[in-house]
Amino acid sequence: MSSENSTLVKLNNAGFKQNDKWLVEGVSLTVEKGKIVTLIGPNGSGKSTTAKIALGIYKNIEGSVEKYTNKVGYVPQKISIDWTLPLRVYDFMLLTENIKDEAIDEALTLTGVIHLKNKNLGNLSGGEFQRVLIARAISKKPELLVLDEPVQGVDYTGEIALYELIKRISDTLNCGILLISHDLHTVMTATDHVVCLNGHVCCSGSPMDVAKNNEYKTLFGEQASQILSVYEHKHDHVHSDKGEIKKN
Amino acid sequence: MFDDFFIRALIAGLGIALVTGPLGCFVVWRRLSYFGDTLAHSALLGVTMAYTLDLSIAISVFLISSVIALILIQLQKKTNLPGDALLGLLAHSSLAVGLVVIGFLAFIRFDIMGLLFGDILAVTTDDLIIIWTGGALILLVLKLIWKPLFASTVNYELAEAEGLNPDRAKAIFTILMAAVIAISIKMVGLLLITGMLIIPAAMARNISDSPQKMVIFSIIGGLLSVVLGLYSSLEFNTSSGPSIIAASLVLFIISLFKIKQSIKLKN
Repeated sequence: MSSENSTLVKLNNAGFKQNDKWLVEGVSLTVEKGKIVTLIGPNGSGKSTTAKIALGIYKNIEGSVEKYTNKVGYVPQKISIDWTLPLRVYDFMLLTENIKDEAIDEALTLTGVIHLKNKNLGNLSGGEFQRVLIARAISKKPELLVLDEPVQGVDYTGEIALYELIKRISDTLNCGILLISHDLHTVMTATDHVVCLNGHVCCSGSPMDVAKNNEYKTLFGEQASQILSVYEHKHDHVHSDKGEIKKN
Repeated sequence: MFDDFFIRALIAGLGIALVTGPLGCFVVWRRLSYFGDTLAHSALLGVTMAYTLDLSIAISVFLISSVIALILIQLQKKTNLPGDALLGLLAHSSLAVGLVVIGFLAFIRFDIMGLLFGDILAVTTDDLIIIWTGGALILLVLKLIWKPLFASTVNYELAEAEGLNPDRAKAIFTILMAAVIAISIKMVGLLLITGMLIIPAAMARNISDSPQKMVIFSIIGGLLSVVLGLYSSLEFNTSSGPSIIAASLVLFIISLFKIKQSIKLKN
């Protein structure tokens, strides 16, 4: 179905060990242009580690990573910025690439924080800062977006809007997205491929496949079956073609 | 009043301030003040090496400081000691070894005070060439690595993830630190170089709201400190290095009033 050159990043049996303890092992996944791949799993299951392996932040890994793009936008889960730096939102937007002013304004407008452009980064609230992080990642018009819990701390209506924005960006920029989220609802409705982690890959496939998987049900329990019904409803409606092709 | 040595000192000091301004900002941002101290202490060993092997002081200080920086990076990887303990270990042991070696070099007349605190009279035309060409090179390299260095100062993982190679930028920055110490040791002295790096940058932080502004104010602060410091050293017959640092301290104290104002405005 997919030609080789649409692949953005590919993990082959990748794993990472820290202090003799495996954080995650045996992960294989591929992110392609225009596709959203979502990692789900309980706390400590290696979701963020997998994202960092894909990004090349961890160097001494097992297995291999093939990365076919350098245009990457990253929204980390935790970010420790030293607030002794005098840094405005505007400076932060230019952190890794020189972007035109219009592109900065556009991205900040899309995430609803244009009014904060000249504010000091240290004075933002958690949700505001999260929106700035997303704006920074998308303003580069990346080929690969890696979003680690991108809407944490964002209010509920904002959360939905931001997920819609992410979906829209994946369509308009035709970029691949590696998304980490514990909002199963979103995962199951907006994703092309789901990888369920628990130190290793429990199961993976289309959202439908994963939702039916027994290991997934054990991991997520009651919530899982509820989401399944929500998912099936929407699935019949919108995504049935894609889903079936994915199943192979 | 404008004796020749004084003009030379002024030109040397201004050249140094241009370089320590931006580098000092990174020293403050990256919390490297003790790292700068350690390199400066190790410079004494570099000076003694220069005398023993008949090398230029700037070159041998640069070599020794770079070696000490590399040793530090290795020790950080291979031991479980905290960073500040390793810095203290290297700073004081290299200072001690340097002083011991000086003891063996009793046949050479050695102005230890000038070495520790800087000496205007020691600045020659050759030193000016070293300071200005070396300084220009340092600034050029800093400009080239600015983006990855600054991005990784804000957040290492973002810089790494988005392909900026922060490790390389950090290694180059370490070499630049050794270089700035090498070119300024004669002027400011090894005990006060870190002051020249930190105090103008700290002053600039108090009155800046963006990184670019902080760099510019830090340079201006450094230049002013050199001018004020040197003139007062001439006036009151005090030694040059400490006078420059004292002048920068005065500027820092003045900048504190600006903070008070902006805090008042916020409330």
